[in-house]
Order: sequence, then structure tokens, then C-alpha cells
Amino acid sequence: MASLQMAALLSAPSTPVPSDRVRVGSLRLSASSSSAARNGGALVVRSEAKVSGGGASARGLSLITHAVAEKAAAASSADSKPGHELLLFEALREGLDEEMERDPTVCVMGEDVGHYGGSYKVTKGLATKYGDLRVLDTPIAENSFTGMGIGSAMTGLRPVVEGMNMGFLLLAYNQISNNCGMLHYTSGGQFKIPIVIRGPGGVGRQLGAEHSQRLESYFQSIPGLQMVACSTPYNAKGLMKAAIRSENPVVLFEHVLLYNLKERIPDEEYVLSLEEAEMVRPGEHVTILTYSRMRYHVMQAAKTLVNKGYDPEVIDIRSLKPFDLYTIGNSIKKTHRVLIVEECMRTGGIGASLRSAIIDNFWDYLDAPILCLSSQDVPTPYAGTLENWTVVQPEQIVAAVEQLCK
Amino acid sequence: MAAALLRRASTSPSACLLRPLSGRLFSSSSDETVLSIETSVPFTGHKIEPPSRMVDTTPKELLSFFSDMALMRRMEIAADSLYKAKLIRGFCHLYDGQEAVAVGMEAAITKADGIITAYRDHCTFLGRGGNLVQAFSELMGRQAGCSNGKGGSMHFYKKDASFYGGHGIVGAQVPLGCGVAFAQKYNKEGAVTFALYGDGAANQGQLFEALNISALWDLPAILVCENNHYGMGTAEWRAAKSPAYYKRGDYVPGLKVDGMDALAVKQACKFAKEYALANGPIILEMDTYRYHGHSMSDPGSTYRTRDEISGVRQVSRERDPIERVRKLILAHDIAPASELKDIEKEVRKQVDDAIAQAKESPMPDASELFTNVYVKGYGAEVIYL
Repeated sequence: MASLQMAALLSAPSTPVPSDRVRVGSLRLSASSSSAARNGGALVVRSEAKVSGGGASARGLSLITHAVAEKAAAASSADSKPGHELLLFEALREGLDEEMERDPTVCVMGEDVGHYGGSYKVTKGLATKYGDLRVLDTPIAENSFTGMGIGSAMTGLRPVVEGMNMGFLLLAYNQISNNCGMLHYTSGGQFKIPIVIRGPGGVGRQLGAEHSQRLESYFQSIPGLQMVACSTPYNAKGLMKAAIRSENPVVLFEHVLLYNLKERIPDEEYVLSLEEAEMVRPGEHVTILTYSRMRYHVMQAAKTLVNKGYDPEVIDIRSLKPFDLYTIGNSIKKTHRVLIVEECMRTGGIGASLRSAIIDNFWDYLDAPILCLSSQDVPTPYAGTLENWTVVQPEQIVAAVEQLCK
Repeated sequence: MAAALLRRASTSPSACLLRPLSGRLFSSSSDETVLSIETSVPFTGHKIEPPSRMVDTTPKELLSFFSDMALMRRMEIAADSLYKAKLIRGFCHLYDGQEAVAVGMEAAITKADGIITAYRDHCTFLGRGGNLVQAFSELMGRQAGCSNGKGGSMHFYKKDASFYGGHGIVGAQVPLGCGVAFAQKYNKEGAVTFALYGDGAANQGQLFEALNISALWDLPAILVCENNHYGMGTAEWRAAKSPAYYKRGDYVPGLKVDGMDALAVKQACKFAKEYALANGPIILEMDTYRYHGHSMSDPGSTYRTRDEISGVRQVSRERDPIERVRKLILAHDIAPASELKDIEKEVRKQVDDAIAQAKESPMPDASELFTNVYVKGYGAEVIYL
């Protein structure tokens, strides 16, 4: 597998994609929520499906040359715009609802997900629609209800376990690491754990240290686990559906501050690939790798950078485990400079692993050291100004790019 | 002959065990005759009326108890030798002394009912239909092992028999077991799940969390505390303020059972299954004993006296599960002593053959390192190799 990947990267861009990867085009969306340049109908992407006759042509879509997309002038012949507008939490709910409708083994477990409708309204209305046995209100007992979710997944149910805040799932770390991640291996392949563990994490607005945690760094070394982070309503819905359909345990990282992002998403059903990164803004000068909320700080910095004459390529890596080194590698081959912008801590973070992976695989393509901007290794302070300094701000991103491109 | 046996028995303290109260005596009963035998001690209930201590069984069942338990005993003893010969490495927790729980439970349930237990799982695996070669191969880390050699002693599983393992972290299997029970209710299967744990694990918070949720949602979960009175080296009274584990469920009813009496275990499990299907969770405390230490690295004699261990085993005390069943078989003239000896010899041979076969199984291939990390061949050898 590895050598196939390397061969693909080293040869010309038109090399056919290894057939066991899912390489299907996704709609190109910009960071701005209200408008997006579109090029025609939606492609249905299925994770884990083989692509017949795929290859580079499937990925060939028009390039956007500006940081912020132009308003779609006369893009569509239809009177009204295609698709429907919704907020990110509604997109998550739509994905969850569609999957629960489609597959009766999908159920939801978590605190206040049922009657209350979910603390971030992701599950609002689902309990009324599906009943108490499919949308289960649990007591405050993360260790055990995560364990129960995993136990039921062993029998073939597909539970979606919600941590009201990702940080609370630390109480279930043993279950997630030892049972969720390892049972498929230690049972010699007998048991599958098709569970989805999701919840909001990240630094919010002065929520305090314990409610501002980023668990992606802690979970990333658990073998057997897949991790994805959503950042737009479009990818939130697609990743939710993909995660539920996956036979592997998937941790879906949402962000507290992104739930109210609005976007127009397709009416047609679509599922995204769990292992694929998203090209947010193609460019030539530098590859900026980011995920979740930092994508928006990066895009804000991109505006400034474009005005200063730079052309950054922004990739939302989306898949935190495993990394989509195919997309990332192709980008590095083009730009030769990498900046990673992440929200987790510097020590042992996603950026640390990504840096390692890039050095191992693409060293010869780098013209400059890989820069990594992460949050500070401190508990998130309550005071607003301090909290702002904990996370990476657009000015720092601009400065880093300028340094890289010197 | 049987009557003479009875007369002799009536003077011993174990009279109640040997005296069949059914009033019928056959000198060689047919296999399916129902015998009613009294359990060694009555059941004690917590917030529930305990079942009768008269257990229905048949000669066939008693003989199967004997041979199954003899097989389990022999397997564990053989594992002891293999461990000392360094063919089994790491952790190895032996179940000898506790066989009655595995065997009695199987007699009361079906393969649709789930069982999940901790790391002392070799005999439970056998009870669920696992075979000796798979067991020994797994212990020795070979390809023919039930987990392909990748799990080890603490990770035996058998999905087609609803055996959910095999878990190393104390107590973590109980929420898993309640989850299996949840799925059984969700799918309306009409089956129950037995989540086994030890007296040490009984103090884990996640147990009470899972019990609370199971009681709230009326799950068909039966929590079974295999109380062998020692959490590794710590006696129960030093670890639990209240070692009455069958009462610790508080609002959940419980039953205390002599875990070394296979018939009592069978009765209790049958009772619990009926209860759980109708009402939700129930706790069973199996009063049992392990002859070995906690694991092969523990001699088992630093925290308990050799007298205590041999005292439990001694035939006159009659707690040893195999001896108990042997006595029953002899008392009811189901089979002569020589036949039982033959069974034991046969079992020994079976175990020896299985070990020989397991030794021939190769070690796993190097490529096995990366298989089954993810499903559908999404390999772990991502990009790094």
C-alpha cells in the first residue's frame, strides 16, 4: 500500500488513483458561508466504495483564484438556487436523521439528547420521531454508557454516542482505547465496532479550562480508531453519514463555535469519504494544512495574504487519523512549503504527528522547514484576552507565511 | 447397594447432599430420568424471593457436568505446566475451583444468551463451545488460536456462541455486557446477557453506573459476581465495606448462590434469566474459590493459608465442584467409580492431544501484525513503511 502511494506521488499528476482508495470529487466550497461557486450537479461520494473508472478526471474541477469566492452570477439555470440553506448543527442532524431512517440499527446515546433535544440541538426532534429506545437519554455516566455503546456495537447495532462536551469523554478513555479501538484486533477480527463517538470540543467563548479541551491529540495513538473533524455544514453532514456507515469506530470532532455556521448544501443525498482531505483554496506558494475552527482563521489570513500578493493553498485535512497524505503530498509537491495551523496543543498534537509524517514522506520536496502553529500548552484561561492568545490568530498565520516564503 | 450407601451417608454432615428427596431410587437410571436434588445450601435473596433449593436434573446432565468440569480442570492444570515451561507467557489466570459457575450457567441458558467475563476466561470459552486446540493455541500465541494468537489468555472470544470475551481491564466488561443486553432488548431477541466480574471488580464505579442505566431501561442484564474472596492479594473484607455483593445493587434484587455447586448455579441462572426477561437486571453472587493464585505470577499463598486452600478442596468439606458431582453420580448409581475414572483418563488424553496439536500450529505471520486493526482491509500500514 505504501509503495503504491509513493509511486502515485512521484509520477505525473495524471497517474490513476490506486483503486482501493476512494477518490471521488467533492464539491468545491469556499470558506464563506453564504455563497459558493459551484460547477454543476452534486457528485455522490460513498466512503469505502470502489471507484470504477476513477482517476484524475474525477478530481478535475475548476480552480478558484480568489480567497473569497465570487457570487455565483448566472451559474444555475434554475430559478431558485439548488440545495437548501441550514446551520451546521442542523446539517449534523439531517445526516443523523437520514441514517436513522435508512438503518434501524442506528441509535443515539448521550446526555440530554432525547427529550431535551441535545445541548447543541444536534438531536432536536429525533426522540419524538424515533422514540426513547433509539434516542436514549443516559445518566451522567460517560464511562459506562460509552462502554454500553461499544458492547451493543459488538452485536451489530450502530450507536452514535454523544459526549456533551468532548472533554467529558476522558472519563470513558479506557472504553474508547481498550474496547473500542482494540476489540476487532484482539478478537481476531470476530467483532466489529461500528460506533460513532461525537461531540463538540475546542476552545469556545470563555468556557473555562475543563470545557475547552481538544481530545484529538489524546485519541490519535489509539490503534483501530478513525478520527475526523468537520468544519462546514456540507462536510458535517457528509462526514456524519460516512461515520455511521463505517464498520470502524469513528470519532467525529465537532467544534463549539462552528455550530451556527450557515451554508447551502445539496438536496441530493451525499456521503463524504472519511479519509479524504478537502481542498479549500488552491494556490501555488505555500500549503496550509488545517482543520476545524482554525480553517476560518486561516481563510481570514488568506484574504490578507492575497492582498499582499501571496497565493496560499489551503487544505482542510478533515481526516485526523489517518492523514490524507495523497492530497497533502500532491500539494507539497507543488508548493514546497508547509504551514500547519491547528487548535490542539503544541505538545503531542495533531500537528506534531503530521509534521513527522510529512518529513518521513516528502522531505525531498520541502524548500523550508515545516512551520506548525498550535495552541499554547496551557489550560485555557477564562479571561477573554488570554483565551484569544491561547489559540492561533490570523495575524500569526500571516506572519508565518511571510516567514516561510522569504 | 444404594440403600446401604444412603444409610452410611445419613450419619455424615453431608447427608442432605446425598439423600435424594424424590423418593425414587433406580440402581441404574435411564439418561433422562428427572432427579430432584437439593442444593448444598439454600439461596439467600435480596429484595427477591429466592428459588427453591430443589433442582431438577438428569443422569445425563450430571455426567456431562462431571466430564465438562473434569475437562476444564485438566485444561487449567495443563496450562499451569505450559506456563512453567515458558510456552505460555505474560498473564495467565486459572479457573480451577470455579468450574461449577461456567458449567452450571451453560446448563440453564442457550447460545443466544450472551456471556461476557473478565480475564479468567479459558473455561467460560470452553463452556460456550470453544475447543481445546483453539484455547491452547491462543495461549501459546499460535495461528490456530481463537484470536489468531493476537489476543492471548485474556482475550478469548467466540462470536457465534455469543461469548463476548475475555477482557483485561477490571470491570470494563460490565458496561459492555449491559450494552449487549441493550442490543438484545433493542432487537427484541428474548435473550439475556450474563456479565461476569469478580469481587475485586465489584468496587468499580462503572459497574454501578451500568447497573443504574440497565435498571432504568429494564435491560435483560444479569450481573454475576464470581466471588472467590480475593481481589488478587486483597481479601474481600479489606476491599469492600460491604462484601455482601448480592446486596450491593441496592434497588436491584440479588441472589447469593453456592458457586461450587453446579446444580445451584444452574437453578440460579435459570431463575435469573426468567426474572431479567420480565423485569430487568438482577445480581447473582456466586460464592466460589480459586485454587491457584490470582495468576501464574502469584503463588496464592502469601495472603491465604495452604490450610484454607486444601480445606476448601477436601472431599469431606465437599466444596470441590467435581468431587461434589462425583458423589452425586455415585450416590444415584448413575455410573460406577471406574467409569468416572475412565472419563478423567479420557479427558487427560484429550488435553494432551490438543496441546500436541496446538504446538504444531505456527506462530502468526509477520503480516498479521497489521490485519484486523481496521475493518475492510483499511490497513494500518498507512504511509510509514
